[in-house]
Amino acid sequence: MSEVKFSSEELARYSRHLILPEFNIEGQKKLKQAKVLVVGTGGLGAPLLLYLTAAGVGTIGLVDFDVVDDSNLQRQVLFTRDDLGQPKVQAAKRRLEALNPYVKFVTYETALTSDNALDIIKDYDVVADGTDNFPTRYLVNDACVLLGKVNVYASIYRFEGQATVFNYKDKHGVLGPNYRDLFPTPPPPGLVPSCAEGGVIGVLPGILGSLQASEVIKVISGVGETLSGRLFLFDASSFETRTLKIKRRKDNPLNGENPSQKGLIDYQQFCGVGAVESESKQEVKSINVKQLDELIKKHARIQIVDVREAYEYEIANIKGELMPKSEILRHVPKISNDIQVIVHCRSGKRSSDVIELLQEKYGFQNLYNLEGGILAWAKEIDHTMPTY
Amino acid sequence: MAKIIIPTPLRKFTLNQSTVAVKSGTVLESIKDLTNQFPELDKHLFTEDDQLRGFVRIFIGEDDIEDLKGSVTEVNDTDTISIIPAIAGGL
Repeated sequence: MSEVKFSSEELARYSRHLILPEFNIEGQKKLKQAKVLVVGTGGLGAPLLLYLTAAGVGTIGLVDFDVVDDSNLQRQVLFTRDDLGQPKVQAAKRRLEALNPYVKFVTYETALTSDNALDIIKDYDVVADGTDNFPTRYLVNDACVLLGKVNVYASIYRFEGQATVFNYKDKHGVLGPNYRDLFPTPPPPGLVPSCAEGGVIGVLPGILGSLQASEVIKVISGVGETLSGRLFLFDASSFETRTLKIKRRKDNPLNGENPSQKGLIDYQQFCGVGAVESESKQEVKSINVKQLDELIKKHARIQIVDVREAYEYEIANIKGELMPKSEILRHVPKISNDIQVIVHCRSGKRSSDVIELLQEKYGFQNLYNLEGGILAWAKEIDHTMPTY
Repeated sequence: MAKIIIPTPLRKFTLNQSTVAVKSGTVLESIKDLTNQFPELDKHLFTEDDQLRGFVRIFIGEDDIEDLKGSVTEVNDTDTISIIPAIAGGL
């Protein structure tokens, strides 16, 4: 560790760490030598990247395929309006380089997949998972377990957050649990919606992402006790916190008693994404927003059903009848079976699910999904309509 | 009565209640009391052969019931049961 040297500017910059008992220059050297991969530069990624950069982690990798969008700015505090439309990893790198020129950044403008995950992750010491979907959560976990990397984990939903440290070997060489020990299998698609559908209070990823940054720094420096073997839960609405004990399981397919999985798998399939479509025997008919606009203009006899939630309806609507997906069966008697019925949601996914259910359960033949939902309407027909 | 804390994704099945009072007994009895009060919950927590689903864990206090006596672990009136589902948000 003695070969790590700091310039006088760096010593001045990190002085609050250097005078910190336990941490001091040894901790700072470990940070400078460390390589951390942050997967997802969104809500969790923003505070993670800002604090890891400020703290002086030597090499930081950033993985994200997306571009900065208006709806990101409510919580993704890395970005400003000037970054709209820019690739997130590039915008993030610019912002972080301005914060600390002594950190090396490596950007991966791609989605993490079963094809590239091992290759990207192998060069890093610690991975911080700030992704937003189950397939990628399992992918990051499995790749970390296969490569022997620590996976610092947090996830959020509405007002609620979870955090822990997976696959961490403690000072005595004892390995802690991983994601497969906690949740062997993912929820069925649709039961736990994404933040894009279910919403999230903007400051929540700030809190959880900061906790993740703190755990990353503890893992690297060896200072303190990490969250390995413990699941931290935070409910921002009630301000209740819980810390639960989690353990390794014998039946873990990656590193239990009889491991059955030696490599990465198809995580979309594992999480049932796409399976729903291929299994469904019935096709969902659809129309686009231009066709709907014409139908409305010529006063055609149609019924428009909006399957979003009431709070979404308040943000923007096209005067459809509100019948939220979560209570759709109660509304069935109100749905016509003799005229064309256009079913829509925000982007077209929920409405398609509803049509499939209604066709299968009640034999409706007259339901049409609005392609791209109300977002497409706002984009192509009514530019004054707010999007979310 | 013991207390069950309902996680956000399942509150749509409990009329948005974040905690529900249930009978004490074994943890399975407590949870079945919950699903009797809110029948929609049952299929989200249990498989068709009545096994707890893989994306849900049940804790009494801070301990996973799998590390205690599983579904026959005793629940006292002062206990808090946590249902913990996987959530994935982060962007």
